[in-house]
Amino acid sequence: MAARKSAKKPNVSAEELTKYYRDMLLIRRFEEKSGQLYGMGLIGGFCHLYIGQEAVVVGLEAVAEEGDKRITSYRDHGHMLACGMDPDGVMAELTGREGGYSKGKGGSMHMFSKEKHFYGGHGIVGAQVPLGAGLAFSDKYKGNDRVTFTYFGDGAANQGQVYETYNMAQLWDLPVVFVIENNQYAMGTSVQRSTKSPALWKRGEAYGIAGEEVDGMNVLSVKEAGERAVAHCRAGKGPYILEVKTYRYRGHSMSDPAKYRTREEVQKMREERDPIEQVREMLLTGGHASEDDLKAIDKEIKEIVNKSAEFAKESPEPALDELWTDIYA
Amino acid sequence: MTMIEAIREAHDVAMAADDRVVVFGEDVGFFGGVFRCTAGLQAKYGKSRCFDTPINESGIVGTAIGMAAYGLKPVIEIQFADYVYPAYDQIVSEAARLRHRSNADFTCPIVIRMPTGGGIFGGQTHSQSPEALFTHVSGLKVVVPSNPRDAKGLLLASIEDPDPVIFLEPKRLYNGPFDGYHDRPVTSWKKHPKGEVPEGNEIVPLGKASITREGSDVTVLAYGTMVYVAEAAAEATGVDAEVIDLRTLLPLDLDTITASVEKTGRCVIVHEATRTSGFGAELMCLVQESCFYHLEAPMIRVTGWDTPYPHAQEWEYFPGPARVGEALKKVMEG
Repeated sequence: MAARKSAKKPNVSAEELTKYYRDMLLIRRFEEKSGQLYGMGLIGGFCHLYIGQEAVVVGLEAVAEEGDKRITSYRDHGHMLACGMDPDGVMAELTGREGGYSKGKGGSMHMFSKEKHFYGGHGIVGAQVPLGAGLAFSDKYKGNDRVTFTYFGDGAANQGQVYETYNMAQLWDLPVVFVIENNQYAMGTSVQRSTKSPALWKRGEAYGIAGEEVDGMNVLSVKEAGERAVAHCRAGKGPYILEVKTYRYRGHSMSDPAKYRTREEVQKMREERDPIEQVREMLLTGGHASEDDLKAIDKEIKEIVNKSAEFAKESPEPALDELWTDIYA
Repeated sequence: MTMIEAIREAHDVAMAADDRVVVFGEDVGFFGGVFRCTAGLQAKYGKSRCFDTPINESGIVGTAIGMAAYGLKPVIEIQFADYVYPAYDQIVSEAARLRHRSNADFTCPIVIRMPTGGGIFGGQTHSQSPEALFTHVSGLKVVVPSNPRDAKGLLLASIEDPDPVIFLEPKRLYNGPFDGYHDRPVTSWKKHPKGEVPEGNEIVPLGKASITREGSDVTVLAYGTMVYVAEAAAEATGVDAEVIDLRTLLPLDLDTITASVEKTGRCVIVHEATRTSGFGAELMCLVQESCFYHLEAPMIRVTGWDTPYPHAQEWEYFPGPARVGEALKKVMEG
């Protein structure tokens, strides 16, 4: 149950590395574009960008299999893109259009996909955690060999219902991976200012749940830890906790004065530990890709993102009648 | 049979018919529920289908929502309605809203059962009637049965229903009927016509009220325990009241209400819950909106007071036949 250090020399193919690079870059460029559209007034209200945390979802999606489920909080764009949801539909939901995943009824924080087994997108801190255990319960009840990735942040880790869920998940041996995305700030409150028990994964020990801390800036470390977690769950040993140490470069949401940390802190993280740069470096120094190859990927991603923005601008606004649909069956 | 037996039988019928139905809550499995509503189900269907949970209402409801989103039909018990508040976030933000915000990709067919109301000296934390907290929430359905027959049929309908249902069971009615007076002997459910419960899967549809006493002077809108109080008050005063047992508060059977008030021209609304922002306020508003020109007197509400639910003064607080009778006489003078 001890924290492990990631392998120094990862055994990873060029194809895999390229995929991680591509998937992480898609999230980053998509989020940058979201930020732009927000600035232009095309996206209103709440918008929580995932920039800096890309390695978490990309690393864990690398170990997910068909039928595995994922559920998360409101910082959800990255999760959706990583599990293969259509960027057009995500962006159009951000702009509140008919072509959005929830036809404009959900917005940034509330999107879903049955096809991709993505159970949202939840706007209340911590509220998705018991739902994740319930999904895992269903899989177990049905005799499926599937796992539910239940994501929440360091802020949610202080919510009581998380511990209610830990207790039940372990009691019933539910196949759920609790992924604590510890980006170190619950809005403007650092972990140090919210708890004297900052090793969040260790709290699972009180319930007998295995877990570990993971370098969330390194996609290979995340993947490797994810493999252990998923193997544990699929073997019927119950839940597993991954406390993934990550960092968000942008504000909590779009209106964040950022007084709670220094620019230098953010800058240092970007320069020294950026998840995309790390993979880029591996690709280049390992001789897996040339600058030109990477440029071609950049170009391709840019086109996908631009297309999603165009789609999100052109998709019509939902009719007012839409508001009265799907309240009841 | 008693209301408890009827509720148990509804579980049994639903579990036998559909293995997606799972039943759980605090003391629900091994012990069979604090009021015994789930007794015998674990022995019959096994621990995977009827089981105990830790004492954590938010977690119980939250996991049920997740199960429902992926193909199960959880029927869960909150031990007392007074214990539901920790789960309110899950009910409002998740259960009620999942269908809408996921554009119907995911739905939440759960039933949350809970004993409600007073009359058993439960004091503040075992007597409350929180129905208005749920009728205020779009996406929920709210059901309050008043007798064994309805309890079984409405519970079966609730389990069949594709949306989340709050199922409030008036605990005063569980074991014995309540003939309106707390200090007089009652007819047992065994001899009561509504204690006769049809076998099998006979549902009572949601959204349909029942006229339990026909009358021409005044319409009384009531639900749960108050149905019997209203009937007793009508007998005691001689006012020819038409008593409507709403049975489902959301969706509400406004057609039956409107037809009755248009006939009688008067309306009294009765509930145990506290007065301010109680469901009676909504009923009064709806009747005003739909029947204003038929009303011959101002409507009257008879409700619990705006105090915490009392212990010692339970039967003063409780809107009994005397208070309801006064309202009937007063509305006839108007």
